[in-house]
Amino acid sequence: MSGEPRAALLVTCFNDTLFPDVGRATVTVLERLGCEVAFPAAQTCCGQMHGNSGAHEEGLALAARAVRVFAEEPAVVCPSASCVGWLRETAPRLAAEAGEDDLVAGLEQLGGRLFELTEFLCDHLGVEDVGAFFPHRVAYHPTCHSLRGLKLGERPLRLLRAVGGLDLAEVDDEDCCGFGGTFAVKNADVSTAMLADKMAAVRATGAEVCTAVDSSCLMQIGGGLGRARAGVRTMHLAEILACER
Amino acid sequence: MSAASTARAEILRRATAAIGAAGAEPVTVPRRYRSAGGLGPEGRVDLFCERAADYRARVHRFAAAELDAALAARCEELRARRLVAAPAAPWRPGGAEVEVDDPPLAAARLDQLDGVLSGCAVAIAETGTVVLDGSPLCGRRALTLVPDLHLCVVAAANVVETVPEAVAALAPAVAAGAPLTFVSGPSATSDIELQRVDGVHGPRQLELFVVWY
Amino acid sequence: MKAGFESAAREALGDSQLRRNMARATTTIRARRAAAVAEVEDWEELREAGAAIKAAVMASLPRQLERLERAVEERGGRVHWARDGAEANAIVTDLARAHGAGEVLKVKSITTDEIELNQALAAAGIRAHETDFAELVNQLAGDWSSHILVPAIHRNRSEIRLLFEDTIAAGRRLDEDPVALAAAARGHLRELFLRVPFAVSGANFAVAETGSVAVVESEGNGRMCTTLPEVLVTVMGIEKVLPEWRDLEVFLQLLPRSATGERMNPYTSIWSGVHAGDGPREFHLVLLDNGRTDVLADELGRAALHCIRCSACLNVCPVYSRVGGHAYGSVYPGPIGAVLTPQLRGLPQAPTLPWASSLCGACLEACPVKIDIPTMLVHLRGRVRREVGAPRGERAALAAAFRVLSDRGRYERAQRLRRLGRGALAQLLAAPWSRSRELPEPPPQTFREWWDERG
Ligand code: SF4
Repeated sequence: MSGEPRAALLVTCFNDTLFPDVGRATVTVLERLGCEVAFPAAQTCCGQMHGNSGAHEEGLALAARAVRVFAEEPAVVCPSASCVGWLRETAPRLAAEAGEDDLVAGLEQLGGRLFELTEFLCDHLGVEDVGAFFPHRVAYHPTCHSLRGLKLGERPLRLLRAVGGLDLAEVDDEDCCGFGGTFAVKNADVSTAMLADKMAAVRATGAEVCTAVDSSCLMQIGGGLGRARAGVRTMHLAEILACER
Repeated sequence: MSAASTARAEILRRATAAIGAAGAEPVTVPRRYRSAGGLGPEGRVDLFCERAADYRARVHRFAAAELDAALAARCEELRARRLVAAPAAPWRPGGAEVEVDDPPLAAARLDQLDGVLSGCAVAIAETGTVVLDGSPLCGRRALTLVPDLHLCVVAAANVVETVPEAVAALAPAVAAGAPLTFVSGPSATSDIELQRVDGVHGPRQLELFVVWY
Repeated sequence: MKAGFESAAREALGDSQLRRNMARATTTIRARRAAAVAEVEDWEELREAGAAIKAAVMASLPRQLERLERAVEERGGRVHWARDGAEANAIVTDLARAHGAGEVLKVKSITTDEIELNQALAAAGIRAHETDFAELVNQLAGDWSSHILVPAIHRNRSEIRLLFEDTIAAGRRLDEDPVALAAAARGHLRELFLRVPFAVSGANFAVAETGSVAVVESEGNGRMCTTLPEVLVTVMGIEKVLPEWRDLEVFLQLLPRSATGERMNPYTSIWSGVHAGDGPREFHLVLLDNGRTDVLADELGRAALHCIRCSACLNVCPVYSRVGGHAYGSVYPGPIGAVLTPQLRGLPQAPTLPWASSLCGACLEACPVKIDIPTMLVHLRGRVRREVGAPRGERAALAAAFRVLSDRGRYERAQRLRRLGRGALAQLLAAPWSRSRELPEPPPQTFREWWDERG
């Protein structure tokens, strides 16, 4: 690895507020790999929730905020596939539709420097073994935004396979967990039906831990597993990578 | 203006207004897909036979000299005694009574016969498809539709590998106004719990005789 | 749409037989499609070409329609134009009347379902016979389609047997075997095919260059209806036109594999106007707008018109495969319905449909013409908010959240007060969420507090 690569953390409002351990774990992993981590404190929310809920003006205003906050950073790392997908794919298209050409340019510019965590580790740093140790059976749930949106492919699995002691189980079900932002409450019953099947697939793996690269999906799956007293914990991939012997 | 011409004018006007600036920029179509296959004649015929059989057509392969005997034997097995033949279909399986569809038979009459004999214009190996083009060799469309058994002779030379090759080969016939029917296996429905059932309205049996001339 | 998607979906989820039928069917067809697609090495190139051809059609639609009209008429067909369903229905009804037709044969056509042609014919005293197996089932049951391609996907074999024993096979006892059920339908319909001289079809494609109309099918009822009658009327949405004959080489590959997971469907009929001595003596093509030019006017929504009705997006959709088609309140269900119906009918008529998705992206991945349905849903959500409005509580919550999120000071204060975790937004979300899921406890420290502390 070369010198001290700098990584600016886009932690996401969701992790910042509800799942701070994901942010901490991301910092731990990046620092272990020799990165100098920065946290631009002016960051709040990337606008995904507003944008996907149809509040485009607000969503784009927040996206513009993220563009400004991270304007000077050479590399931005985000432990959320859906937020990266929003900033890289959806927001530029909505901005173009709204005729906000400067924002389109800003988002495209940011998009080129913005990495989802596993992209940053595998592609930018070129590592798979991050020196983690986690002696448990772990089920990996490919979230929609990681699988179909960002097309992360094997990256998360390669990282997990390199974790010491980890017994990897793949969830035999590529359907959505049913989260989908406001979908989870607007269509709570359908969301719950989707969750039920996802939980069954997770439980069928016999794993102790279910992991993924989106805290929102893990909140859905974990919320369901907790209610069912399934005895399966959810952990963000970063949290597993942060564990050491 | 009549209601009809008003409707026409309004739809065209609305469509023109709707596309606005997009109408000015020509869209180029990237045709990077395969426009032809790479198999030789033998390979094409092998693939055709395999794929047609996959969709439950019965496939038989013969040299030209054996065809009549083979047809006769197969008709005997299937108890197909009364057949109708497309006007230019030259085959006459011994033992079967063959009427020629010239002048055309009534649909109700076709419904009473055991089977129909036709050739085909093109066959597509990748999909196991035969294409009928309404020529005297293939017959008019009703002919190969109403009887319950379709005996179709496929000349090996007419087998192409891919769909684009077939579409290209059929272009002159279409330009000349020919109607086409693409047939891939016997009639089928998957409407009941997605289980494929052969034979709803078209011929329930499709027998393909692939011949090297 | 009378009730919104939410309540219709909830009701559908309560029907356990429906859920079993749907789960079974969509699982089977997903696997089939995946296998048929995996076999094609140039699938992505075909999708690219399909998407581009459709974009080219939309960009030149008026010209393509005029070309099509000319080509069909040169080959002895007649072309009619209908601004809406009522006009199209009147054209078909008048043609039937002019030929003294008291009965007409129908080939499965979602377009004619969209304009409720059968009801219009019935009002004129004309009986329409659906000839597609599943459409027949639905017609006999007084039910409507729940899937673009397998309209009775919500019914299993025993339900169909009971229905037939009450109707077309009255007085007989049928076997539950699909072969026997199909044979019952064959017997019933053959008599009609040989007797009724007037048929109405839809179209999968129409080629402007040659005036050729294509109907893609499996059972042979399409061949029967487009071949045996004396008069054939085809009702086609204006978006179905293709510029060149050659374009079919793309769609004849994309459609069957995406639809039924077959390399090729059993039958595709392609005709151009009237063919002397072969098939109908009269051919009428009705070009239908019915909201399509409105869709065309929306730059981001326009691609919904690229749809070739393969139904792949339905089958892979985690929402559709659980609630079935009826919850969408339209003849176009599933993901494509969620973007097409509100645009065709106008957003106020179906404002909940753009939310009938978790934006999981499975539809885009499966779509043979690469329609970006997830982005289109988000786009339409924006239009619904702007043009129709949003529920008060939701509006207030999003406004409050925006105030907090758009300012670092307010954001951090809210975090300290745990308002973001348990504030306005959380309150809105908490009740429906907590019915089936636990809410995470707000952590003792936010990430940024930890970061600051760490120095
Ligand atoms: S939107 Fe795409 S996947 Fe869905 S039915 Fe239309 S063509 Fe098929």
